[in-house]
Amino acid sequence: MYTTTVIIGAGHSGLSMSRRLTERSIEHVVLERGEVANSWRKERWDSLRLLTPNWHSHLPGMRYPGNDLDGFMGMPELVEFIDSYAAAIDAPVHTQTTVTRVAVSSSGFQVTTDRGEWDCTALVIASGAANIADVPSVSSAVPNSIEMFTPLTYRSPDRLGKGGVLVVGASATGIQLADEIHRSGRPVTIAVGEHVRLPRTYRGRDIFWWMDAAGVLDERHDEVDDLVRARHVPSPQLIGTPEHRSLDLNLLAQLGVKVVGRLGSVKDGVAQFSGGLANTCRLADLKMNRLLNRFDDWVVDENIDVVEPPHRFEPTSVPSAPTVEIDLRRDGIGTIVWATGYRPDYSWLDVPVVDRKGRIRHHGGIVRDAPGMYVLGETLLRTRRSSYIAGADQDTCELANHLYEHLDGHEAGSRDPGAHHGMS
Amino acid sequence: MTTTAKPVDNGVNTAALLAAREALTETPEAADFTWRATCSWVHGTYSRSTVEGFSGLGQEHVHRQAFTFDADHPECFASEDRGATPVEIVLAALASCLTAGVAAVAQNRNIQLRKVTSTLEGKMNVLGILGGDPEVRNGFSAINVHFDIDADASADEIEALVAQSQKRSAVFDVITNPTNVSVSVG
Repeated sequence: MYTTTVIIGAGHSGLSMSRRLTERSIEHVVLERGEVANSWRKERWDSLRLLTPNWHSHLPGMRYPGNDLDGFMGMPELVEFIDSYAAAIDAPVHTQTTVTRVAVSSSGFQVTTDRGEWDCTALVIASGAANIADVPSVSSAVPNSIEMFTPLTYRSPDRLGKGGVLVVGASATGIQLADEIHRSGRPVTIAVGEHVRLPRTYRGRDIFWWMDAAGVLDERHDEVDDLVRARHVPSPQLIGTPEHRSLDLNLLAQLGVKVVGRLGSVKDGVAQFSGGLANTCRLADLKMNRLLNRFDDWVVDENIDVVEPPHRFEPTSVPSAPTVEIDLRRDGIGTIVWATGYRPDYSWLDVPVVDRKGRIRHHGGIVRDAPGMYVLGETLLRTRRSSYIAGADQDTCELANHLYEHLDGHEAGSRDPGAHHGMS
Repeated sequence: MTTTAKPVDNGVNTAALLAAREALTETPEAADFTWRATCSWVHGTYSRSTVEGFSGLGQEHVHRQAFTFDADHPECFASEDRGATPVEIVLAALASCLTAGVAAVAQNRNIQLRKVTSTLEGKMNVLGILGGDPEVRNGFSAINVHFDIDADASADEIEALVAQSQKRSAVFDVITNPTNVSVSVG
């Protein structure tokens, strides 16, 4: 079968692109391995809410439909939002259709699925940045008696054993799971590497209001100082709750969570942690304060109406001699949760556009090595906003324009000047 | 801060370092370096280590000259104190690595340094190495580093320099994180 454009993935990104293509009368299909919003539906833990406030969560042509603009959507609400979006834009979604291979073909790309083949001139990869939990190789040395979870398999604390829990990683995921599991009565140790500390609110406003209004989220991929680094920065230590509470290492320590350095090795059942914890915490504090300084300067420069005066948060308190070794069994660790990041799964992509780290080489979502191919939904794809739901709105607008131009050029270059690429 | 724009010069060629990072990202195998040292026992606890060659960027390199490091134990350990103790050499290596980092980061951030000094202390209970108490480890129980820095920058910027230099320091990483060490004979 031929269609002008195949979109892989019917999440918020793929559907946003579908809407953009429909607006431009570009014929397309959306191939989805499961159901609409599959990852949000099936691969997230029960209590998860978005880090971004609802007013921030808009898709092309659709705002957040509820009344709680400052609240944070839980997964059922988000799935309903994306489901209703798919229906509203009448997206041509083929659910339960798993792409098994994409290769270059004479027309552009050949897409093989478990339900037939498609040929297309343009391809949009919106299959998600978090398909695989990135678990470090040190996990293979963990004693068999210890049960291991990733954020993709963890659902809630009551599914864990009664013993102690080691949470590895202190991004948004790690810090949220450490908080939730410790509150369930299971003593938690959290291993903390490089992290990003952010308060939920500052001077009476949500941190996303600041980042949005002061232009942080508009910083472009071709403007940031060090793109490789910026794309690998862990997600900020934030949680979306009805109370708008902050969640940081100080709070976890007050709850009784044991804070240790980055996990270095496991040998003979003994886990060793970095002695550099104080510095990783200091780096995060300094970075947070630089951001708050920027906001304070912006308020003055732009004469913004913010009532509360500037203030600074308590520095992260690090024990004078953090634990560097834990005998996992002797110290009662029954479970390890690897909150060590995610990576996309491009194992089906048989086009040489993937780098040695398994990432697609792209420039703001445009895959220059395979003209007509686009990728969506990655961290800082085009702007810092790209990392969040609302990033799809702007990203798909710009990339759909590029895709339209590509189809136009493709048509102009083809033998048959009357060739129609599905523009009606 | 002066208003005349005198270029910041800490003697670090950051442009070359950034270019190297760019090039090595394209050819990751060239980024694999092997550092080497040899050591000969002289007498008692006295030994002499030499570094001369290393490999990297896909080829062998030699230092402009061979550098040697004499190590011994002090007189209070019934030795002759003909060189620094090996653990002091570790402290010196940490200090040098962090100091080089401070200079490089300052150059990259356009901060002129005037003076950078540091003082290091490694805490150790020697019952560990003497085998006198199985609960005591051989190595340092803690290392304290104190920097004094005079530079054209705010206190926060100077603190950020030191924090960033730790983040990018090889020796800091070697000391704070476990490393597999294999030792063979013959």
